Amino acid sequence: MTEEELFTRIQTVFAEEFELEPDQLTPEATLFEELGLDSLDAVDMVVALEKEFGVKVKDEESLRSVRTLDDLLRLILTIRDQMNSRDQENPA
Amino acid sequence: MRLNRVVITGRGAVSPYGIGVPALLESCWAGKSAVRVMEEWRRIRGLGSFLAAPVPPFDPKEHLPRTARRNMGDMALYAAIATREAINDSGLSSEMLASGTVGIAFGSTTGSPAEYDRLYNEYLAGQSIEHVKSGMFFKIMGHSCAANVMTALGIQGEQWAPSSACTSSAQAIGLGYLLIRQGRQKAVICGGADEVHHTVTMVFDILGAASRQNDTPTRSPRPFDTARDGVVCGAGSGVLLLEDLESALARDAHIYGEITGFGHVGDPGHIANPNGTAMAAAMTAALEESGIDADRIDYVNAHATGTEQGDRAEAEAIFSILGTRPPVSSLKGLFGHTLGASGALESILTLEMMQRNEALPTCHLDRVEPDCPDINLIREVTPGRYDTVMKNNFALGGVNVALIYRKWSGT
Repeated sequence: MTEEELFTRIQTVFAEEFELEPDQLTPEATLFEELGLDSLDAVDMVVALEKEFGVKVKDEESLRSVRTLDDLLRLILTIRDQMNSRDQENPA
Repeated sequence: MRLNRVVITGRGAVSPYGIGVPALLESCWAGKSAVRVMEEWRRIRGLGSFLAAPVPPFDPKEHLPRTARRNMGDMALYAAIATREAINDSGLSSEMLASGTVGIAFGSTTGSPAEYDRLYNEYLAGQSIEHVKSGMFFKIMGHSCAANVMTALGIQGEQWAPSSACTSSAQAIGLGYLLIRQGRQKAVICGGADEVHHTVTMVFDILGAASRQNDTPTRSPRPFDTARDGVVCGAGSGVLLLEDLESALARDAHIYGEITGFGHVGDPGHIANPNGTAMAAAMTAALEESGIDADRIDYVNAHATGTEQGDRAEAEAIFSILGTRPPVSSLKGLFGHTLGASGALESILTLEMMQRNEALPTCHLDRVEPDCPDINLIREVTPGRYDTVMKNNFALGGVNVALIYRKWSGT
């Protein structure tokens, strides 16, 4: 999946989960200030992303530094790459 | 100590007839049954009652913003929509709601049963909390309706959540009355809500107290009738906005009636069996608090749900306190037993009867059981002056409530 495809899926998750309009969901949009999420939404965002991408995000220390949708994309890319390299090191 | 007088200045409803008080009033005056068969319940082994009176589907997005809805099960949604109607009806300002002088007393049998169902299916079946969202607890907690309504509508007074199944909103009305009477609050939003769900009907079905007349849904339940065989559970939310009389007069608010008595009697004898003596004691207590004799009661809106024991016990209690004179009816034949919402929804209809000078009959009452005491069970819309009326509500667990409403005539 390309970076662009991944971002589109993040946008879809946000549009459905938080009932946001597509034009609000730019890479630069800040989650709390501009998109209006709060602490409960942050919990639900993690649940929705973990379900969508099949990754574990909840315990990631770097989650704390996520401010924008682009930050979120970078985090998921990093986790995905880590998972891929682990899979290569430990093939089933 | 000087006690404040308490009046009703707002009404709100979500009922098996849809959203709003007008839909409830029109449908009930038309004698329309809201009961239907829940085909999807037939898969549940052992369940014998497939009847219910659910709220017709609607789009919650049209009524509340996402941040309010995310923590609400259906019952809290109903509660918030009905409360907003009551607030608009009363004309209370948002400043007053935020002043701390307006509280809320709002109950339900439990938190949202549909949300419990969802949680347990995911958590217990999968032994995982990975997909459980942040709002789950707020949908299933005991004070889900009260807390969500406060948050959604900006109410900053006292929050109470009387949870006593079928008497939840009757207790809420009684509690709001006490809070205003004592001067703790200027106004209190009083109500209750519940949902239709098979785990709720199941409670009555296990006790042999749920109607199994599945082939004739619009002919059940049948309060006081020989052929009655149990309750039909309904859903919705009823709200009465109670206010200090002086506050209501100062605002020039419309007054639907005054609450003058709240009888509230416990029955430790048995957790499930109705007790006519305790019911009668609640009725007597309400009369005494109102400072009136039994002959002043012009109408009784009965709790009667259509169970064999409950209806008979209530008829005996009414007979022992009020005799054969005042007209008596139960509204549950129309839209079932809305449990936590029933006290408030049925009070809205009772107050309307006082305004219209017409008492509604018990729906499906074809033949009164021969053993029933000779109380005045009305069979058709009955014109008359209904200036002082009694509203009964009783619950499993030994809760017996009687409220007395007085028509407001300017003094």
